[in-house]
Amino acid sequence: MKILSVENVSKNFGGKKILDNINFSLNYGECLGVVGLSGCGKSTLAKIISRFIPCDGGKIIFCGEDITHKKNLHEIYKNMQMIFQMPEDSFDPRKTLGWSIAEPMKNFGIKNILERVKSLLVEVGLNENYFSRYPHEVSGGECQRAAIARAVSISPKLLICDEATSALDVTVQEKIIELLKKLCREKNISCLFITHDLVLLPKISDRVIVMHGGKIIEEGTPEKIINFPQSPFAKKLTEINFFKMNGEI
Amino acid sequence: MSSRYRPLIPYLILAGSLIFVAVFAEFLTPYDPYAQNLENALNAPNEKNLLGTDRYGRDVLSRVIIGSQTTIFSALLLLLTISIFGSFIGAVCGFKGGKLDIFLMRLSDVFLAFPQMVFAIAAAGALGGGLFNAAAALAVIGWPKYARISRGLVLTIREMPYMNAAKMAGTSSAGILFHHVFPNIAGPVLVTAALDIGTIIMELAGLSFLGLGAMPPTAEWGAMMNNGRSMLQTASWVILAPGTAIFITVAVFNLLGDKLRDVLDVRGKKS
Repeated sequence: MKILSVENVSKNFGGKKILDNINFSLNYGECLGVVGLSGCGKSTLAKIISRFIPCDGGKIIFCGEDITHKKNLHEIYKNMQMIFQMPEDSFDPRKTLGWSIAEPMKNFGIKNILERVKSLLVEVGLNENYFSRYPHEVSGGECQRAAIARAVSISPKLLICDEATSALDVTVQEKIIELLKKLCREKNISCLFITHDLVLLPKISDRVIVMHGGKIIEEGTPEKIINFPQSPFAKKLTEINFFKMNGEI
Repeated sequence: MSSRYRPLIPYLILAGSLIFVAVFAEFLTPYDPYAQNLENALNAPNEKNLLGTDRYGRDVLSRVIIGSQTTIFSALLLLLTISIFGSFIGAVCGFKGGKLDIFLMRLSDVFLAFPQMVFAIAAAGALGGGLFNAAAALAVIGWPKYARISRGLVLTIREMPYMNAAKMAGTSSAGILFHHVFPNIAGPVLVTAALDIGTIIMELAGLSFLGLGAMPPTAEWGAMMNNGRSMLQTASWVILAPGTAIFITVAVFNLLGDKLRDVLDVRGKKS
């Protein structure tokens, strides 16, 4: 059963086609990886799905409802949350992490907020002391853990991770991915994991789509994409990623 | 007080002292600032009259103290009005955008195109002088500066991921404005306002000096300087006392503004 369907979505910026007829779907409980180089339209796609920007054509079906032009965004965000690329920038610098994690719970009518924030902090590998810390007082990895706590605090059905590990070092990346995987499994959250790093995808995603020039050029399991890439671009992407991993470039 | 705010203490004490003098001016004046005694006219500073007397025999020190009330309070009130009004307009324009933004920003461009003091002199003159009219004239041309600053700040933070995070957290537009936008633009606006206190005191005093602000016999520093203008060479204390008061007040608030700017820039400081 599908939680998200993206149908013929396109987007232009200043006459340039950023997304060209994008079609894919995501099943309940599934983690779909979206991979491609910078500028291929991955983040634009995330912004369109989360309704930060409108699309020029096509449809977004979320939880069985067409949300492409839906006015009541509150209803959408009750079931859809996002983790952003820059952990520190995704928190208001004037609010404590505790306040920011509590914000969606307050707005979506969840009770016992204080206890829940504290238990969420522990759940993501932080502790209660982080409640009163400011974003600039913690490391990038800790900040991203807090961002995960905020995103899962209202138990959404879909979590969009837009380059959620790109600003972190390799060891922290691994831990964040493990945490995301665990939480998504435990809370039955579907995940759209956007990254430019193909190497990360086998660790978290069930299925991968490869984007290039605003188009989906290949789709399959991470193992299939890595071991048997079909398109020349996917082959090149695999080579670049694995050369990088082996320290050859 | 957290250690971050400690450098502010000396400047807050100085500014607080000035405001204390203005608030309790009635109790601090050694003589009635409005009582005339022509026998004592133009006495040089002495033991009885520490800053001398003016041409009507009024004690200059008492008039400087009571004048602080008029000068500082009117400047603070004017500043509060234009900074709140201007910042609100600018923040809403920056946040909402669209036709409202275009209309209000073009309107502010019109006001910004006028030379500030020339417009204030013309407007205060046309309105018939008086402290209220002088302040109103300065308010009309003062708000666009704050609208511009806050709009620019909002346009910058509007694109920050935490604004999108707040949207996704289900916060309404009004909630985002009050919880995320205003607190994040408050620092720079506050610093601008603190630095502006001096300018506004000088502008109000300037209008009074030209006879377009406070009217006699109200004790106001600019008006007092105007009264002493013709006696600069024979009784310089009449003009030097309010002039020094303006200098000290402007310097204190400018230093406070500078320190506030340093202290409120939290993002540059890791603990």
